[in-house]
Amino acid sequence: MAVLKVKFTKTRRDKLAQVLWILNWISVVTGVLLFCLGLFLKVEINKREELMAGRDVQYVPNMLIAVGLLACAINFLGGKICYDCVDTNKFLRWKLIILPYIICTFFFTFCVLVGAVMCYSMHGELEEALNVGLSDALKFYKDTDTPGRCFLKRTVDMLQIHFQCCGNSGYKDWFQIQWISNRYLDMSQKEVVDRLRSNVEGKYLMDGVPFSCCNVNSPRPCIQQQINNNSAHFNYEHQTEELNLWMRGCRQALLEYYTHIMQSIGLTVLIAWLFELSVLTGVRYLQTALENVLRQGDPDSESDGWLLENSLMETARTNLNIIKSLGKNNHIHTANNGDPNIDVPSTSKARYGPDNVPLKEVTESS
Amino acid sequence: MLLKLKFNQQRRVRLAQGLWLLSWTAVMCGAFVFCLGVYLKMELFRRAEVMDDSDIHAVPNILMMVGLASIGTNWIASRICQDSLDESRFPRWRVFMLAWFAVATLLCVLLVAVVMLSYALQGRLEESLKVGLRNGIRFYKDTDVPGRCFQKETIDRLQMEFRCCGNNNFKDWFEVQWVSNRYLDFTSKDVKDRVRSNVDGRYLLDGVPFSCCNPASPRPCLQNQLTDNSAHFNYDYQTEELNLYSRGCREALINYYMELMNSTGPGVLSVILIQMSVIMSLRFLQTSVEGAMALEDPEAESEGFLLEKGVKETFEDVKVKVLTMLKAAQINPEAAAAAEESCGGADAENGGEKTPVKTSTPAS
Repeated sequence: MAVLKVKFTKTRRDKLAQVLWILNWISVVTGVLLFCLGLFLKVEINKREELMAGRDVQYVPNMLIAVGLLACAINFLGGKICYDCVDTNKFLRWKLIILPYIICTFFFTFCVLVGAVMCYSMHGELEEALNVGLSDALKFYKDTDTPGRCFLKRTVDMLQIHFQCCGNSGYKDWFQIQWISNRYLDMSQKEVVDRLRSNVEGKYLMDGVPFSCCNVNSPRPCIQQQINNNSAHFNYEHQTEELNLWMRGCRQALLEYYTHIMQSIGLTVLIAWLFELSVLTGVRYLQTALENVLRQGDPDSESDGWLLENSLMETARTNLNIIKSLGKNNHIHTANNGDPNIDVPSTSKARYGPDNVPLKEVTESS
Repeated sequence: MLLKLKFNQQRRVRLAQGLWLLSWTAVMCGAFVFCLGVYLKMELFRRAEVMDDSDIHAVPNILMMVGLASIGTNWIASRICQDSLDESRFPRWRVFMLAWFAVATLLCVLLVAVVMLSYALQGRLEESLKVGLRNGIRFYKDTDVPGRCFQKETIDRLQMEFRCCGNNNFKDWFEVQWVSNRYLDFTSKDVKDRVRSNVDGRYLLDGVPFSCCNPASPRPCLQNQLTDNSAHFNYDYQTEELNLYSRGCREALINYYMELMNSTGPGVLSVILIQMSVIMSLRFLQTSVEGAMALEDPEAESEGFLLEKGVKETFEDVKVKVLTMLKAAQINPEAAAAAEESCGGADAENGGEKTPVKTSTPAS
């Protein structure tokens, strides 16, 4: 009993082939789109790779690029096959390739679905990477004289200005690290020495933030120093002041940005998956319909198309047996249901006479 | 004749086909010029708050007009050359040809004018920016005055985006009170001294807003007491270059806009060249097809030319025509009055005598 059997007249077969040709070319375009999106994501991640540490999030754009290229190749081939399927003579050329092609497309479609799921699951890994990366970046903000870290200050400043954020979780992260290098601290001044001494690790901590945390929308000139001290500034209350600095943390800002990109990419991948699935189903129907037509002998007659010739269980069983037998080709069959062509003398003293007839001892022992 | 060329039937067909392609290219170029004008206008609008007047908007306005007009004109040219090889359909275009040539030449002239204008208006742009930026810096503190509340944000964003500080340089901020009185503690001695020491009672300080800070500086930004070397450790005001942006915003904006207009220069010049070649090819096509039609044999060889007579003679002819057209406007009332009198007094004899004279003039 076939699974989802559909009758196909000649015109329906031709129409199916044409529709599949168009769908294949749309899928090629989708493949190119996926490739471009993967490339874009790779570039965006590379731009901020200084701020991401510890986790490898490159696997998502790499996978997208690979999927995009594969989609182009597979659907290009599919387009050629479907174009030729309108003519049963040309179909004969592809007859041997089409079943492996369908199996490949089936696994590829599965990969595309996995890709879409990966897009949405990248969120957690990205957050971890950003957390570690940003806290390191804030720690090394002052090290503009250390080779390898000289541009970190600039990177963090531009990040905070561009994404309108401050610190890792919020602006208070800056209070816990020393972001002014010792080269710019006057160690002869009493205040500086006091501050250094009051800290366990000898760090110069202050309740101030760099200029890049300043909010452009504030009606008042930016207050960067002595943020927690209400009396240090006229008409200022730090608990209610919201417009002075950026309130958002940079981790959250970057996460939102990348999540937004990932969601759009994930949506595109899902749509591509739907296209691939429909192409796969259509090609399978076309293949079975054309094979039945060839079996019947008359190219203009009606034929049946199906997804699977027998039910799902039987097909699974047959395939498992095929796979098992592939593994067993190297063994010699000694059992009763073995190949009758193979001679099975259990105790053979092969002293065949001139007639090549086995000796009587063998018949006695068997 | 100017630039006479022989055209047989095959060459005419080739010319028509080539011209059709060329005129569609010219349509694309017209669309390109239009988009260029739109882009320039948008860029100018974005910074309209720091510009005092909008004289410079003439450049994108003309570009947009010329773009639209050239789309229409070149589309008509493509229709003309589609019809040119068909004897029955070509004559209906004859009337429009002169007007078409006039419009197309006008478009070329306008494009050349736009290129020259973009250089000429640089001075006006600079003036406009100077005044606009000065006002912006002056009203920086007035975030509570309606109509000026966003000046602070505009100037801050401008300085950060274009990496500039002040009008000419960062010292412009020293001459302006950019901290509003609402945030100044007038009970403090410091503030009172500063306000009193100034003639106009303004609170001036040698400090700049945070948006002047240069992120590329190795040291955390120094914004206050910039001229006081002793206020900061290891700081020398004269040699410090990386702390703030050293460029003035006027210079930065002028460079930006001039670069924009210069980069569009080659594009506009190539559009002018394409338009000129369309005009010349259409003229050749028109004259050769009309020549063939005059010979009453569509397959015959005919001559194509740019001008029937030499340049000077054509110029004289055109002058005469224009003058007669002008005079005809003046003579007509007199002639009408004279005709009325003669008709009222005399008979058909006068009319009969007059008519042969009248008919002889057009033939000469």
